[in-house]
Amino acid sequence: MKFNWKKIIKTAIATVSVASLVATSVVQTTTTTTANAATNSSSVQAIKKRGVLKVAVFGDLPPYGWVNKNGKRVGYDVALARRMAKDLGVKIKFVQVNANNRVDTLNSNKADIVLANFTVTSARKKVVDFAKPYMKVSVGVVSPKKKAITKVSQLKGKKVIVTKGTTAENYFTQHQKSVTLLKFDSKTQQFNALKNNRAAALADDNSYLYAWVKKNPKYTVGIKSIGPKQYISPAVKKGNKSLLKWTNQEITKLNKEDFFTKDYNKELKPYFGSEVKPSDIVITSNK
Amino acid sequence: MAHSGISVLFEGTNFVRLLGGLWTAVWIAALSLVFGLILGTIFGLLRTMRNRLIRFILLLYLEFFRIVPTIVLLFLVYYILPRQFNINMPATWMAVLAFTLWVAAEFSDIVRGAIESVPQHQRESGLALGLTQWQLFRYVLLPQAFRLELPATINLATRVIKTTSLLMTISIMDVINVGQQIVEANNQSHPTGVFWVYGLIFILYFIVDYPLSVWAKHLTAKQKEI
Repeated sequence: MKFNWKKIIKTAIATVSVASLVATSVVQTTTTTTANAATNSSSVQAIKKRGVLKVAVFGDLPPYGWVNKNGKRVGYDVALARRMAKDLGVKIKFVQVNANNRVDTLNSNKADIVLANFTVTSARKKVVDFAKPYMKVSVGVVSPKKKAITKVSQLKGKKVIVTKGTTAENYFTQHQKSVTLLKFDSKTQQFNALKNNRAAALADDNSYLYAWVKKNPKYTVGIKSIGPKQYISPAVKKGNKSLLKWTNQEITKLNKEDFFTKDYNKELKPYFGSEVKPSDIVITSNK
Repeated sequence: MAHSGISVLFEGTNFVRLLGGLWTAVWIAALSLVFGLILGTIFGLLRTMRNRLIRFILLLYLEFFRIVPTIVLLFLVYYILPRQFNINMPATWMAVLAFTLWVAAEFSDIVRGAIESVPQHQRESGLALGLTQWQLFRYVLLPQAFRLELPATINLATRVIKTTSLLMTISIMDVINVGQQIVEANNQSHPTGVFWVYGLIFILYFIVDYPLSVWAKHLTAKQKEI
């Protein structure tokens, strides 16, 4: 076999140049992610001028952000988004995101604000700016009743199912290193995996798990709350002070009129039932 | 009820929404193919020219798009371009851009291969008749190359249509993304809905891709006869 050296060299050069191109773009993206005042396309003024508020929401996470059978976006987060657009006096445009691309959507100006069950963590605080929280959650662990997991120590060396980018994944990665995680992209996938006995247990927001075990009586929320209480906040691009300030004022205002309790009763209660109370989820202290 | 899951497809506007998602995928694929094939033909022609520099640049271009996975291209145009260069276009147009560049790269190689496999005496006869370079391409090489490249082109088209399933990663409401919404919205009431929704998506993709596949096979068989 004869080697075509010219071609081999050409291909090698091509490969190297592609690699360097990709590498430089990756390096650049990690450095330039703050919004400066002059070119901030997501300031309150810019949004009002545009007449549209672009909100990143989930499209597949009932009861927080999902699409009902008539094709309408609904949910606890979506209701807040619609209210915010109304109070700004602008139209709303939804950008559907998944747990993984919430930060990138802000940084590439695809959305002005993220209202997608976004839990405040110290790692995320470095890349986006969080406003005041509008919800609180704890991580719970659900397991089959027959082999109920009631203590974290029982999970040592076992597999636990989580959804990527969630608080549960975060907690187990940081604090329970002896647990093997099985990661999925959506709620349907993770619950199916649990039903197929792919792991010993599943960890997720406890409010959501209470709702799920009601429909699946063979399972129980053996560990009701694990790790510190976590908060869910709207997030804006790092450095977008104008929209951050407006959002904080808006949340204070909405709290005064009990908007979030009403939102809970309308969107979340049908899912969570009477075991969960509005005060378990809604934050009423920062009136 | 054993078959309750199938009702998910027909509740509210679910079915229409899935078809809408399919339409989004199909028009993005179709538009990218139109632009990509035009651009690819030009690149393919240039690659049969003698100029080493042009050939080298186009080879780099081809290898770039052949090596980089399509999902990375989509991320590049959707997340990196807006951030680095302040180009902020709707996601669908950025997807058309990424797919067009990819199709052009792949197609340029198909065109080059087809033109080079047109028998040498055809080219020489053309030159002997006094045709210019352009006339030679237009009247001698391209018509003959066209027949040779057709099956590979249709094959490329089916690949593009299948690859539209990646569009959901850049927030485009394609058929998979809509399917996901429907699955999650009905998960509590219809746990078996997931099977029906993905089953329908399977059939929809099949309906779009299978005729193309049959056509390509038919053309290949026809070529062998000649």
